[in-house]
Amino acid sequence: MMRYLIPLFAFIVLAAFLLVGLTLNPRQVPSPLIDKPAPIFQLNHLHEPDRLMASKDNLGKVWLLNVWASWCVACRDEHPLLVQLANSGIVPIYGLNYKDERTTALQWLKRYGDPYTISIVDPDGRVGIDYGVYGVPETYVIDKKGIIRHKQIGPVTVDSLQNTIIPLIIELQKQA
Amino acid sequence: MFKNHDLYCFVVSRQFNGIKGLVLIFFLLLMLPSVGWPKEAIPVAEDPVVEKRMLALTMDLRCLVCQNESIADSRAEFSNDIRREIREQIKANKTDQEIVQFLVDRYGDFVLYNPPMKPTTMLLWFGPVILFVIGLGSLIIYLRRRRVQIEDVSLSQVQLERAEALLNENKKGKNV
Repeated sequence: MMRYLIPLFAFIVLAAFLLVGLTLNPRQVPSPLIDKPAPIFQLNHLHEPDRLMASKDNLGKVWLLNVWASWCVACRDEHPLLVQLANSGIVPIYGLNYKDERTTALQWLKRYGDPYTISIVDPDGRVGIDYGVYGVPETYVIDKKGIIRHKQIGPVTVDSLQNTIIPLIIELQKQA
Repeated sequence: MFKNHDLYCFVVSRQFNGIKGLVLIFFLLLMLPSVGWPKEAIPVAEDPVVEKRMLALTMDLRCLVCQNESIADSRAEFSNDIRREIREQIKANKTDQEIVQFLVDRYGDFVLYNPPMKPTTMLLWFGPVILFVIGLGSLIIYLRRRRVQIEDVSLSQVQLERAEALLNENKKGKNV
C-alpha cells in the first residue's frame, strides 16, 4: 500500500506547487519602496516646460503618481479609468511622462483625455530608476507624509481600483 | 505619385526624350528602395576600464523586463538605462557594493542573480541540500531492505538437491 501512496503523495505536493505557480505573475516584482519615502524629484512640466514641480510640493495630501508614455500600449487600456478617477475628484493624479517625446505625449493626452493635475516629464528615465520603474504603466499611491503605500505594476483595472487603490486612498486621507 | 501601370503607359505612349525623359528618370529614382548608408560604428565604451567594471557588475544582475537575461546581455531599454546609470556611478567613484545596493534599494533582491541569505531565501539556499539528504536517505533504506530480502531467499536442502539433479540431467543430455 505504502509504495503506491508515497508517489501519489509526492505527485500531489508537486501538483500543488505548480498550481500555485500558475496563478503567480513572474513580472510582479514586489517593490522594496513600499512604506519608504517616495524618492524626491524636481521635474519640468509637460505642458509648460519652463515650470518645475518638486515631489515635496505634494506633502500633506494623498496623491497618485502614474508613470505613462505615449509608446506604451497598456497605458491606453488604463487611461479611461484614470480619466474617470480624476473626474470623480477622489484623488489628484500626477502623470510622469516616462522616456517620451514631448509633442507625441501632448497629442496623446489631447486624443485620450488628460486626467493629470500636473504632467511632468522624465525624458531619460532617471527618476524612473529612482522609483524602480521597469514596466510602464506603473502607479504609486503616496500618502500625506510622502511615503509610498502601494505600487500597481501594469495597468490599473476596475478590480484593482475598487478593491485596493480607492479603499487605501480613503484610509490614508483619514490619517493626519 | 505614379502607380506602376501609369508609368508603363507613360513609357509606352511618349517619346523618351527631353524634359519628359528626365522627369521619368527622376520618378524611377524615387521608386528605388531606400538605401541604407553605412556609417562608422559608434564606440560603445569611451573608457574601457569603466566598461569592464560595468560588465562584470551587470553580469550578475537580472534585467527585470526580460527576466531570463542579465543586464549585461540584454538589449532592452531598461538595461540600457541601468548600464548608463552604473557607468555614471563608476565614474563618480562609487564602490561595486554601493552600486549594487543602489539597485537593490530600488528593485529589490530580485535584481540579484546571487540572492542574499535571508529567512525568506532559506528554502532556496538549503532546499537542494534537503532534497539530496532525503534522496540519499531513501536510497540507503531501499538498499538495506533489498539486502534483507536477498538473504531471505536461501534454498532449503530439498530444493538444493532438486536443483543439482536438474543440472546433472542437463549435463548428461549435452554429453549425448
